[in-house]
Amino acid sequence: MTETEVFLQQVIYGLSNGMIIALVALGYTMVYGIVELINFAHGDVFTLGGFLALTVVGALGAAAILDPNTLSDSSHWLLLVGLVVTAGLFCGFLNVAIDKVVYKPLRRAPKLTQLVAAIGVSFILVNIALFWGGAPMEVFGGGNAAAASKDFPEILEGSNLLGEDSNVVLRLEDLAIFVITIPLMIGLTLFVNRTRLGRGMRATAQNPIAARLMGINTDRVIAATFLIGGFLGGAASVMWAIYNNTISFQMGFRAGMDAFTAAVLGGIGSLPGAMIGGVLIGLIRAMSDQYIETRWTNVVVFGVLILILVFRPSGLLGLKQREKV
Amino acid sequence: MAERRFSFFTRGQCIVLALLAATPLLDLAFPSIQLSGPMRTVVVYAILALGLNVVVGWTGLLNLGIAAFMAIGAYAFGILTAEVYPFQVGFWWALLLSGAIGAFAGWLLGAPTLRLRGDYLAIVTLGFGEIVQDGLKNLQAITKGTEGINPLPKPTVPFGAAIQSGLEIVGIASAPAATKAAEGVVAASSNWFEISSATPARWFYLYLILLAVVIFFCRNLEFSRLGRQWFAVREDELAARCMAIEPDKAKLKAFAAGAALAAIAGALFASHLASTGEPANYDFQVSILALCIVIVGGIGSITGVVLGAIVMVGLSNVVLPALTQAMQRAGIGSTENVLSSPDNYKYLIFGLALVLMMRFRPDGIVHTRKAVKK
Repeated sequence: MTETEVFLQQVIYGLSNGMIIALVALGYTMVYGIVELINFAHGDVFTLGGFLALTVVGALGAAAILDPNTLSDSSHWLLLVGLVVTAGLFCGFLNVAIDKVVYKPLRRAPKLTQLVAAIGVSFILVNIALFWGGAPMEVFGGGNAAAASKDFPEILEGSNLLGEDSNVVLRLEDLAIFVITIPLMIGLTLFVNRTRLGRGMRATAQNPIAARLMGINTDRVIAATFLIGGFLGGAASVMWAIYNNTISFQMGFRAGMDAFTAAVLGGIGSLPGAMIGGVLIGLIRAMSDQYIETRWTNVVVFGVLILILVFRPSGLLGLKQREKV
Repeated sequence: MAERRFSFFTRGQCIVLALLAATPLLDLAFPSIQLSGPMRTVVVYAILALGLNVVVGWTGLLNLGIAAFMAIGAYAFGILTAEVYPFQVGFWWALLLSGAIGAFAGWLLGAPTLRLRGDYLAIVTLGFGEIVQDGLKNLQAITKGTEGINPLPKPTVPFGAAIQSGLEIVGIASAPAATKAAEGVVAASSNWFEISSATPARWFYLYLILLAVVIFFCRNLEFSRLGRQWFAVREDELAARCMAIEPDKAKLKAFAAGAALAAIAGALFASHLASTGEPANYDFQVSILALCIVIVGGIGSITGVVLGAIVMVGLSNVVLPALTQAMQRAGIGSTENVLSSPDNYKYLIFGLALVLMMRFRPDGIVHTRKAVKK
């Protein structure tokens, strides 16, 4: 492999992972934009999405209706889209439920109180994922122990799209990530910019009290925000699972921190910022893996996070905001 | 607080200390349990949580990376005492120095970050915790990676040998039989002041005395000029500034003090394990356990924090593992079924503790102490 090919390969890895991170980051940034809460549990909602997807795949496979290995080409994609929608809806409604039960009563409490509650929710979800992983189901390969990583079956065939001779590998998974995430992002942008509810979201983000005075049902707006954020997180978890072919009950912590870093990098509260930030973090990770060392990659990402927060807390695209006294 | 130069322990603090002091008696009553060893971790976490309490409880800053300072203390202790390094300064000097190193690390992290908003600061401290943990794992030349630095020395009682020989001259401590009465089940050496794994109760009492010293320190810090500055900054930064308090400086001091206590807890932890252990011993979960202790015990209250340590650490490090073992021995639980192993409920307990405390005492972090009116 030449230098350029190595670099191109890392760009492909970086973009694919970055798109997944961007989807999760959107969930952080939307919620933060509306209720100013760092939804610490978002990463673990993502984890549960992965577990649901694995359970669905396993159930379908076990019932021999859809064996992932013997599917025809189009049904692979059908299965993938089905999983994205299922996991997305599951995570979306889970997110709404968490908001209703835990965050809503704390809406007027100090920010740190809300953050601590969110961390608490995160730990509860981690424990649920641990129990889920320990469920006595045949689908969970990769060791019976609850805490062990679970194998996620290969849904898309893994031949090189650039031809067998090419050193640079572009897999169908990479393509799938783009085919699924880009429409989601376009759809989200259109939704926020063109629809009535989207306008309500922007208004609530700017000033919740004024928005309520203008007749916007802010409770509904907030619920919709959690729903959409959760949906994107669930979709991301399916992409993550088919890309890495393994899930574990603690994967949400790392993914969540990457995504939060991406959201902060892009400017928290900004949708295009989260998308750009996600792709950038994906690229930074891939380059660090290749040119520094894999074991230092997390340090690099957290270093970026701290530097951004200290020197440019408004991020790349965020507006400078003075904190209200 | 002008009438006395120092305030000693409050009634509540005496009660929790007495409660802890009584645990070796349980060893006497039930020789099969042997609580003194595991109870040392309770004391270590109590000190850690008292450090976090300075930052979270008194100054109102959320620090999610307190475990990093514990790790720094543990590794500083390891490097200062282990045989493979040239220093070997001994337990007490290493304990003091690791506290100082911890304070310096806290100052280093705090100086550029403390002007950040509350929730951003929390995330920065979290990131710092992860960086320290990964750094310790990766810098194998210094930290021995996942093996940890070992063996590390046990504590020694200062002047223990001198007192012992003095007692022997007077004729009190010559016979080993005398120690037997004092120590209960463990037939220890004739030296009353020698600490080893064969004398868990003595080791525990030494740690307990250190905890008492830390409580004494915190108690006198609390209503000192600095402590009152912290309360003022926590309640209203702008108003504090109007009172000629410099919030940034006060916060930095809180950060350094909290980090120093956490580092001392880390050093004691390393000595307790006779090894720094692997860096994962100081992960995010530990920071959250410390936060749970502070929040469950009652933010800002020294007595509450120590009580919280007894409850939370007792539950997660003593009761749950013991229950798991007991159930396995009785054949009720199995490793196959994840639900039947009590040890697997740890995250759930931490999470519920945080959520419920925030839900039903929503003002938790910011407005807690009525005592401020003193």
